[in-house]
Amino acid sequence: MAGTLAEKVWDAHVVRPGADGAPDLLYIDLHLVHEVTSPQAFEGLRLAGRPVRRPDLTLATEDHNTPTLDIDRPIADATSRTQIETLRNNAKEFGVRIHSLGDADQGIVHQVGPQLGLTQPGLTVVCGDSHTSTHGAFGALAFGIGTSEVEHVLATQTLPLAPFKTMAITVNGQLPEGATSKDIILAIIAKIGTGGGQGYVLEYRGEAIRGLSMEARMTICNMSIEAGARAGMIAPDQTTFDYLQGRPHAPEGADWDAAVEYWKTLRSDDDATFDVEVVLEAQDLEPFVTWGTNPGQGLPLSGSVPVPEEIADENERITAERAIEYMGLTPGQPLREIKVDTVFIGSCTNGRIEDLRSVAKVIAGKHKADDVRVLVVPASARVRLQAEAEGLDKIFLDFGAEWRNAGCSMCLGMNPDQLAPGERSASTSNRNFEGRQGKGGRTHLVSPLVAAATAIRGTLSSYSDLGTGTPAPDGTPLADLQTV
Amino acid sequence: MEKFTQHTGVGVPLRRSNVDTDQIIPAVYLKRVTRTGFEDALFAAWRGDPTFVLNQEAYSSGSVLVAGPDFGTGSSREHAVWALKDYGFKVVISTRFADIFRGNSGKQGLLAAVASAEDIELIWKILETRPGTEITVDLEARTITCDDVVVPFQVDDYTRWRLMEGLDDIGLTLEHADEISAFEEKREPWRPATLPAKHLPPVEIKAARPSGVPVEISRRP
Repeated sequence: MAGTLAEKVWDAHVVRPGADGAPDLLYIDLHLVHEVTSPQAFEGLRLAGRPVRRPDLTLATEDHNTPTLDIDRPIADATSRTQIETLRNNAKEFGVRIHSLGDADQGIVHQVGPQLGLTQPGLTVVCGDSHTSTHGAFGALAFGIGTSEVEHVLATQTLPLAPFKTMAITVNGQLPEGATSKDIILAIIAKIGTGGGQGYVLEYRGEAIRGLSMEARMTICNMSIEAGARAGMIAPDQTTFDYLQGRPHAPEGADWDAAVEYWKTLRSDDDATFDVEVVLEAQDLEPFVTWGTNPGQGLPLSGSVPVPEEIADENERITAERAIEYMGLTPGQPLREIKVDTVFIGSCTNGRIEDLRSVAKVIAGKHKADDVRVLVVPASARVRLQAEAEGLDKIFLDFGAEWRNAGCSMCLGMNPDQLAPGERSASTSNRNFEGRQGKGGRTHLVSPLVAAATAIRGTLSSYSDLGTGTPAPDGTPLADLQTV
Repeated sequence: MEKFTQHTGVGVPLRRSNVDTDQIIPAVYLKRVTRTGFEDALFAAWRGDPTFVLNQEAYSSGSVLVAGPDFGTGSSREHAVWALKDYGFKVVISTRFADIFRGNSGKQGLLAAVASAEDIELIWKILETRPGTEITVDLEARTITCDDVVVPFQVDDYTRWRLMEGLDDIGLTLEHADEISAFEEKREPWRPATLPAKHLPPVEIKAARPSGVPVEISRRP
């Protein structure tokens, strides 16, 4: 029977099919762990006298709480310090591999898995973090789980999972200049809504998706959860194999050949049927920004803040009114006129080396707007090293930006990197919820290119606002920047 | 887990849609390493507002939350469920729940009941007209009773069974440990393992230092 990519990966992992409405029991190939959602799970194991069944399929890293300054000194915040020490103790006690702050492989869990070559096509990947959907970019079935499920996977290396529905999202054609994979996913979320993907595994397909680099694909799959989806996936292809080959944990020799042969079967059959199909035309896309307090409240940058009176649906109107008030905006105000205080470049969505390169190329030789604070936080210590090897750190520092150590940082403000009440950010992260980046903070989600242009001008801006048609500062055509 | 068959308690009307888990419990409260004591963190940003529903005497002892659509979206944090439970909630009613939140609820014995928008509107009106009205949620019959109104709700059969039996998922799964071992025997040898660890060569990571400008000055409300 013809199957979709998601169904194929699912079927290959069923340990025990569910009967009478019970869920299937699925085997988990890779379990990623961080300090915030794991302490209570390890505690549960300890209380029940259970070991970690497969420490060799488990990897822990410190990311949510870690400071991005002075990482060689004790963590100032006592509760953050306790949580990180708890993870270290648990890893030691249960024999789990850990990459701690200061280690070259430390970083955001969704960057560490791929960069080590642990994230591979056809795997089931879970983590107590909703952005686990990132790993779907490799053709893995990857999803976020709660702490009880973390404990369940630690104890059994399986999860009972209810079946999902499938949604194909096809993006035809080619992206116009200045639009990136971030703009694709923001446009998709605005189109289907924050609940539109609920119960579905999304599969992104089409020419525009095929043309994206691995890192750009990760950005799209990362934000599947912002559409409410269980997971997002992209079928593996040569781009995937090229990214993986030679990484520390990628298969080698005959194993590599066997793996690639299997990976090539991981695509939806031509006659497979999806429960829902959505189509977007890439050429219609332009830089997208959010104006409100959920990721579905986004518009092209050329647009204006919505006028609530013009929204027919009562619930949506109330939601919009509340968002506009919280964000301190005026209905009808052009988005390009919104002035920001902080530009945050980082997170598991857009803190990778390609993101940093595309920002660096736009800002090289320029200086940030006077009143704007610019934070550049690489997704992992390896990304930071790579950026420094390429001299990007000097470009950021000359621009007036702060060049930080790796971690989740201001994406969710669990460490000292937070917005002050009322402070407004343009952020390459994934959530613009009330208070997400700091109590009272106001977040506009943007692509790295929009973040760079905004940091230069001080107001929400696209690359084209810097001078229409001009090439990037080093002469690289802009089109090349998105898939460096 | 405690068995859940029926619950009666004060209904709390939360007329908001898209109540994400950052609203239910902000990230700053997630640093704790315990599983209880999160009641102070529930809806932290709204609790300072005297008009917020839980700050009104009649609703403050509520245990059945009646919310707008798309409740529990966003982060996977199970702390959102713990905070609701620690406050005293046993049931949340909405037209639609985020997947991860619904899953987490089921594991923790918090009932996520799906009702229609019309029925929720009806219940909201009763709760707003007569604050303090109790709601009875019958998991066996899958009904919500509020005053003289009785409406149905949906919950999947498996979650309902587990809640009614008070079953622990891990114990259930470990009954099938042999099947897990058999599956592991068949796994392809090239599938990745985290151990033994493989790395690129170790490199020293230099600590970033604060820039000259104090953060307080560069931050402008």
